[in-house]
Amino acid sequence: MTCISCAGAALDRGGMTLTRRESSPIPVEADSICPDRFIGLNEADIARLPAFYGRRQVTLGDLFEIEGVGATDITVTGDLAAVKKIGHGMTMGRVTVEGPVGQHTGARMTGGELVVRGDAGDWLGAYMAGGRIVVEGNAGHFVGGAYSGDTKGMRGGTILVKGDVGREAGGRMRRGLIIVLGDTGEFTAARMLAGTVFVRGRLGARAGAGMKRGTVVAFGEVAELLPTFRYTCTYRPVFMRCYLRRLRETGLVAEGELEGELFRRSIGDLTNGGRGEVLVRAERE
Amino acid sequence: MRVNGVEIEDTFAEAFGMWGARLVVTAETLEWARTAGAAATGFATSIIGCGCEAGINELVRAQDTPDDRPGIIVLLFTMSRAAMEQQLMLRIGQTIMTCPTTACYDGLPDGEERFKVGGKLRYFGDGFQRSKLLDGRRLWRIPVMDGEFVVEESFGAAKAVGGGNFFIMAGDLERALAAAQAAVAAMRGVPGVVMPFPGGVVRSGSKTSSRYKGQHASSNTPYCPTLRGFEKSDLREGENAVLEIVIDGLTSDAVAEATRVGVVAACCDGVLRISAGNYGGSLGQFKFALHDLVSA
Repeated sequence: MTCISCAGAALDRGGMTLTRRESSPIPVEADSICPDRFIGLNEADIARLPAFYGRRQVTLGDLFEIEGVGATDITVTGDLAAVKKIGHGMTMGRVTVEGPVGQHTGARMTGGELVVRGDAGDWLGAYMAGGRIVVEGNAGHFVGGAYSGDTKGMRGGTILVKGDVGREAGGRMRRGLIIVLGDTGEFTAARMLAGTVFVRGRLGARAGAGMKRGTVVAFGEVAELLPTFRYTCTYRPVFMRCYLRRLRETGLVAEGELEGELFRRSIGDLTNGGRGEVLVRAERE
Repeated sequence: MRVNGVEIEDTFAEAFGMWGARLVVTAETLEWARTAGAAATGFATSIIGCGCEAGINELVRAQDTPDDRPGIIVLLFTMSRAAMEQQLMLRIGQTIMTCPTTACYDGLPDGEERFKVGGKLRYFGDGFQRSKLLDGRRLWRIPVMDGEFVVEESFGAAKAVGGGNFFIMAGDLERALAAAQAAVAAMRGVPGVVMPFPGGVVRSGSKTSSRYKGQHASSNTPYCPTLRGFEKSDLREGENAVLEIVIDGLTSDAVAEATRVGVVAACCDGVLRISAGNYGGSLGQFKFALHDLVSA
């Protein structure tokens, strides 16, 4: 026989699973799927949390089969391609999405971990301030971006996308780290204020357009750098070694996934002060 | 008590509370890291005249440093928090930053006190400095002529122990030196301690009084063999050379372990006695009894 607190901990480890009842192209807004919203609730309470099915307000129970216990480990399965805002604003816990997921996943989150075992839609981690997002497939446009009217995008935390991302990843980013192991679309880190973006694949055209400060690192091919970027030197940035070591230590990237010692440094965007930088991996001559 | 036929005197070393900091200094090669460490710990033998006591504690393999480059651990000890901040600024700014290829990281992230060092040194960058926030630790990138000097925003310091010691009395200088070197070599394997004097050994041990006004420390006359028969002497017949090893550590356990290891290693051929310095137990916060340590 276990004590009450031990039993509670054991139950919490079991986690909560939400399974989509049907496949539908109609958009669902499910910002209730968030560890913070599940705290202290049982299955029936969670089933009563609100969601939007198209423009109609429904409950999570109408859309998902809900089973399990605990708030800190949530798994969402089924057809989620049209389900938006999972993990929206989460501050703690872990959410695992099995399969492709819709837009705004992990937007405005400040803590915890969100894992997507598939592709993610646009605005992944938009305006995020902390925590970690890992996407095992591709992600859409505006990863870690700023919403219209916001002066800042991502303000902290880490986003790892193992596939490709669309345009304007890290747009208006203020702080934090975005790692893309595939290619990026146009205008990566456009109007970036600070922070760091790593791209292992092809860095899309016009990267860093209008950036004020911050760092874009290209480990692979670079489509084109704007003429408002000026080459400064080829050197060994020690801070890059700190990043790569830390990423390996935390298990975010595997040994050999991101490597580089020597980088060509260009500063820009000279139309906006020129205090940003684009580092492109160079080979030793 | 005897070890290898050497008498261990039934006495204790008296040590004091200090503030300790731990720096991780890396460079492209171990040689440059050691060069930086030697510069940073130069003129840091005694707080009596140097402002701090410091030494290189251990070498660190590349896979164990924050930037995957070979490095060293520097320990730095001061009597006050204000002195610690001043010494960190001076030594990191004037010796580590100036040494080619180096970077400097905080080795005491959980220290009780934090001192803004990189956050002030960054102004050397004349507005072109950059920072990166990595897992809550801010690293400053200061432009220098070989690339960038990376230094952590702030460094931790913790209450530490300074002034642990023991004396090696030998029949002649050669044997005293050999024993002292053997002791220091063994003690260098103990984490968290440094022996701040040249080569880890001090010959000019001091007492805290003087016949001259304004002189705070003077020759440890009871242990000077040349004064035997003239001044009150604590040396015995046949003891013609004395060397002292002073130990500063981040914890009292580290100082105790280093003392134990050192005393045992110093019990070489030709050494007559091992003793320790104290003030009767009335001044220091820490006491390290030689018999207790050696028999532990």
